[in-house]
Formats: sequence, structure tokens, C-alpha cells
Amino acid sequence: MGWTKKILRVDLTKGTCKSEPLNMEWAQEYLGQRGLATKYFIEEVDPKVDPLAPENKMIMATGPLTGTAASTGGRYSVITKGALTGAIACSNSGGYFGAELKFSGWDMIIFEGKSPKPVYLSIEDDKVELKDASHLWGKTVFQTEEIIKKSHQDPQIRVASIGRAGENGVMFACIVNDLHRAAGRSGVGTVMGSKNLKAVAVRGTQGAGAIRDGKAFMAATKAAKKVLADNAVTGQGLPTYGTQVLMNVINEMGASPTRNHRDVQFEGARKISAEAMHEKRPDGKSHLVTNQACFGCTIACGRISKLDETHFSVVNKPEYWGASGGLEYEAAWALGNNAGVDDLEALQYANILCNEDGFDPISFGATISAAMELYELGILTKEQIGMEAPFGSAAALCKLTEMTAQGIGFGKEIGLGSYRLCAKYGRPELSMGVKKQEFPAYDSRGIQGIGLGYATSNRGACHLRAYTVASEVLGIPVKTDPLVTEGKADLVKAFQDATAVFDSSGTCVFTTFAWSLVDLQPQLDAACEGGWDMDKLNLVGERIHNMERLFNNAAGFTAKDDDLPPRLKTEAAKTGPAKGLVSGIDKMRPEYYKVRGWTPDGVPTKETLDRLGL
Amino acid sequence: MQKSLHIDPNKCTGCLQCEMACSYENHGVFNISKSRIKVFNFEHEGRKVPYTCTQCSDAWCMTACPVDAIRIDAGTGAKVVHEDVCVGCKVCTIACPFGTVNYVAESGKVQKCDLCGGEPACADACPTGAITYVDADWTGLDKMRAWAGKTDTQPRTSA
Repeated sequence: MGWTKKILRVDLTKGTCKSEPLNMEWAQEYLGQRGLATKYFIEEVDPKVDPLAPENKMIMATGPLTGTAASTGGRYSVITKGALTGAIACSNSGGYFGAELKFSGWDMIIFEGKSPKPVYLSIEDDKVELKDASHLWGKTVFQTEEIIKKSHQDPQIRVASIGRAGENGVMFACIVNDLHRAAGRSGVGTVMGSKNLKAVAVRGTQGAGAIRDGKAFMAATKAAKKVLADNAVTGQGLPTYGTQVLMNVINEMGASPTRNHRDVQFEGARKISAEAMHEKRPDGKSHLVTNQACFGCTIACGRISKLDETHFSVVNKPEYWGASGGLEYEAAWALGNNAGVDDLEALQYANILCNEDGFDPISFGATISAAMELYELGILTKEQIGMEAPFGSAAALCKLTEMTAQGIGFGKEIGLGSYRLCAKYGRPELSMGVKKQEFPAYDSRGIQGIGLGYATSNRGACHLRAYTVASEVLGIPVKTDPLVTEGKADLVKAFQDATAVFDSSGTCVFTTFAWSLVDLQPQLDAACEGGWDMDKLNLVGERIHNMERLFNNAAGFTAKDDDLPPRLKTEAAKTGPAKGLVSGIDKMRPEYYKVRGWTPDGVPTKETLDRLGL
Repeated sequence: MQKSLHIDPNKCTGCLQCEMACSYENHGVFNISKSRIKVFNFEHEGRKVPYTCTQCSDAWCMTACPVDAIRIDAGTGAKVVHEDVCVGCKVCTIACPFGTVNYVAESGKVQKCDLCGGEPACADACPTGAITYVDADWTGLDKMRAWAGKTDTQPRTSA
């Protein structure tokens, strides 16, 4: 069955916690996690709601494979209306928290209202209570986990919490679990902070036992694990080099946004790459300590590193000398290439602060780079920022990260995110993103399909909703030419719909370097009642994507919002294989609407909605 | 040939597939709180260490048990808890120097690793070879081989 069939509803205004049966009819139509939680959200929340108002809700949801032996089966998602974007938000995280939530007997938690004072939710199986968190308010993520484990006298508790960024209203705050895994994007941590909810602490002893056919499930998961092990990316590249395996690859193909997307190749990429993390530093040690898996994951792409104790950022701060999470590719790129900083130690220091106080290194790094461009243009001055902040300044990066984490000085303005910052200083077009969410680590001029993916992602610019890079760069499942627009509408739709299924299952989208839905299907079918064949999965994926679109349309988004900043449409790539190219987004968008069965204005037609049962 | 579980912490990624396999084999449910093998994550050192019963020859738990509920399996050499005899007194959990016998409140008995009757599910589930089931007399064989490979048989050239 996969599901525990129980959801927990927490009214933060009244301070009550209630158990409800899971709507099994919806589970058959929306599977779990992203899909099912979004269905609940859309049924219960006005699309026009202010993301930071008590009327906004926030859902933490597991999938049917979360907490099972399926490889990567440890994921959970946070669904809300994003503080950064005002669009539907769905941020996915690994670590161990999601599985523990499932083990405690709950498929999802719906948070509503706003607590009059800081609280945290404590879950020990059926024993659920809101506890005072006044002693935790103002504490970092790392401190919060430690204090909760100590006060409960239980080191096996798993914690998801916000740091000071979520408390201080940083618009791209995350929810961090297990020290360095995060539901990172769209400001889901900002929403959590607005509700005065500091943390969720879970201990589960019930397990995930309701598997429909145990024998078939074990056989299906074993076969799927072999597919991951035998694949060059998931079996070798990711465990050895992590996602950072991409740093040199993407840079060489001229698709590495550099200095706020002014350039597409970063001359310092080699110095901050996976290979550099393996090499010996002047102190005789390598940056990388080991790799780390999330719950159930047989890939283990996560990185654990140790800083050089003599680096200027930490020279007198032994609290940062221990092993810590990072660098992953997105963070390395956003803090590195995009800000023009090639100091590996500085990037990891900034990354640790992002984990420690809970803010998204992608949006943060992009906002830093926008500020650096405003500084170089003379729009922001040294006095306003409090320091010189040209592109490439590791000192400015480290200082501004500290100020953002603490919510002081110009750090408060960085906390606005790049769109609000650039708009405040009269240059909104310098914000590199879609729907107010900053781009991740691929340039839309050198990889055309990903630009369409960014423009049409329901949560704002995002690589994880349609990772066409797999096809356009790595040839998975088939190689397509990254420099052309032809065929990309179909490609983006196919990736978006399949991704919606993976995001709703409890497994990690990184499996799709090796798996397609054909590999996921037997695992889901063995775990869940209801007959999960390929036709059903394909329909569920498309249904979820369209459901999210309907919410965004009702929230006020239109076709105009499915667009890229003018820089990517008018300033051609200066170097590399894409030299001379701009994004063909205006050509791809109408093709995509057609493929989707939407009107030229980006609205799903009645036929499409009928076909999908929406 | 007697075999034993052999653990190489350097290969452990912390995925907990071993804990799930153990709980599924012994309790029919994916529930790491019921696993007889535990992975400890020393976050600040970046080390993950799987830990379970090493099947002592002269087992403290077995010696301490007042009702002879812990006995040697003739085939595997495992020290096995006989649940029908165990009275849940927990003396074995005190006697074990390593903490690898633990009480299960739900059943009122203790549990420990029994090598799954000779096919340990944890070793089968481990994706990296951090947990293997090998010849008990030669658990050091891989390490010996690795060091043997590094042995320099060429004469050193003087600087």
C-alpha cells in the first residue's frame, strides 16, 4: 500500500494537532508527496493568498516509497505558496527526516495558521505536540538540532528546522534537515518562519510496513538498484565526484553562467571543480573527506568536506573546522562562477553558513552576483554595501554571507533576493531568474532546452523540473543538440511529466540519470494498491503539472511570466560552442503551449483538462 | 568453513540499506528502529560506522543468560536468542561489552544479530561492500592484499 493512510493536521493558531485519514481517492490520482500534497493545498488555499499570511498553509509530505528499501526512498517535499515567487512551491529534500516521518506513521503534515509564539512540533509516533520554542528562536539550524536531541534525551530524533534566515524573513530561506540537506528553493523556510514554527522533530518506530506485495517489491527494488550500480553516472560519476562532476563539463560547453550571466565560461572553474576537491591543498589534506548517502540511496552523491583551517574565513573559528556538507555543483556554481569567485575554501565556508542558518545558496549566490553587477555599474556604492564588492571578491562573498545569515547591514537587502533587490535600485532586468526565482547553474544560450524548462517551471526558474541537461549534454535517454530549439518543447514536456511522478513517489530525481519511469513503475506497483501501470503513471505526471499550472494561473501568472530576462534574449554568448547565440525562448514557448494542449496564452484547454480529469 | 560479518567503515555511505534489510528480514517491515545492525554517523569527522554483534567465541551474553536462551547455532556459529525461552531479564544487555544485544519492548524479549541463518540480509543489501560475509579465519585478507600490493620489491634508488 505504500501509504500510512494517515495525515496530521496542525493548527498553529489554535495550537491543536489532529489525525485524519488520507484521501485514498486522491492518492490514486496524485500518488503522494508533490502531487498529493499539492492537491490538498490547492483544495484548501486561495491562490491569491499572501504567502506570508496565516491563511497560507505549508505541507510536509512523504511519498509511498519513502522509508522503504527502494533506492533513494527517503525523500519528502514541502508544498506551499512560495515566499520568493508567489507561485506554487514544492521543495524536495533527502537526508533521513522524510523516512523518519513515514516511520512515525504519517504520510504528511498540514500546517495551517500562525502560532502566537515560537513553537516546534514534536512527533513520537502517535504522540504529537506543539512545544515552546522561545529558547530555540535566534538559534542556528545546527544548534537547534543539538538542543532538541539533548532536551529529549534521544540522539535518534530527526529534525527539520529553520535558521535565522527563516526567522528574519530572508525571502529564499530553506528548511534544513539532518544538518545539511534542505528543502531549499522558493522560500519555503520563509513561510515556515512566518508561522513562528521553528522546527519539526520526529522519532518514528512504526516503520513502513504496508507494502502491497513484499516479495515482488524486494525483487523490483533489487533490479532497480542494479540499474543504478551499472550506470556510468549513478554508479561511478556521482559517487566519486558528486554533482560537481558537472563543473568542468558545463563550463567547457559554454553553458556556465558567469558574473551574473554576462559570460558563459568561467576561467576559474577548474579551481573549484570536483577534481580540485580531491587534490591535496597546501595544508597537505584534500578538501573532500568522503561521500554521503541520503536515506536508502545507493548512489551517494553527497559531499562531506573539511575547510583549510588557515583560510582567512575560518582562521580563528574552530567551530567550522569539522567535516560538513558540500560542495554540491549548484552551490559551487552560484557562489563561485556566478559571483566570479574561484576560491574553493571561501565557497565552502559560504555554503556552510547557508546550511547553518538555512538559506538557498542558489538564490543567495545569484543575488550576490546581481549586487556585484550593481556595484560595478556604480548603482550601489561601497558605503551602501559596507565594503568593496566587485565580481571575484572572496572577501565580499564571505562577509556578505555572514551579514545575510545574521540579518544585519546590507545582508538585509541581499535577503530580498535578486529581483526585489534589482527592482529597488531601478534595474529589475538585471535579476537573472524566472517568476522572481533565480536561475541555477546552466545557461539558456548554451543549452536551449533548459531555458524553456526554466521559463515554464511551475515554481520559477529551476533545473529539477525538466532536467533536459541529461539529454542535451549527457545523451540520456537520447542525445539532442543543445544549441537548437527544435524538438525542445516535446523534450521539456516529457521531462516535466516524468519528474512530477518521481517527485511524488518518495525517490530522488537523480535516479533518472539511469532510471526512466519504466524502472520506477514495478517498484510503485509492488508497493501500492490500485494497479500502477505506465499509462496511469504518465497520466498522473501530466495531471500534476497541469494542476500546478492552474494554481499559478489563478494566482495571477500569465504567459508573460513564462519568459527569460532580456539579457539572455539579446546579449549573445561571448565564447565557447554557443558563441553568438541567444536563447530561442520566444520560438519554443508557443510550440510548448501547443504540445501541452494549452491556448496561445498558456491556459490549459477544456479538452486537456477533461483528458486529465481536472 | 565458518563465516563472519566483516565491516569496512571506509566504504560506508550511511544509506541504511543494511538497517532496512535487517528489520525486513526479522520483522517483515522496513523499520530501522528494529534493526540489529546500526550505522553511526560521526558527522563532524565525516565517518559512518556500521556496528553489530561480532559473535564472540566465549560470548558474555550467553554466559550471563540465566535461562540458557542464548545458544550457539551449529551451522553458523552465531549466538542466537531463543525467544520462546528468553524471559526478557536484560542481563545479557548488561553483560555484552559492545551493546549489541538490545531489549525489544514490543515483544518483551531481547534481540541480537543471528547472521540470518547464514545469509545475512545486511551484507546482501549493502551497495558498497562495506558489510561482507567472509571466511571467519581470513577477515583480514582484503587488507593484507591491499598492503601486499603496496609492498615495494624494487631496490630503492638513493637520492
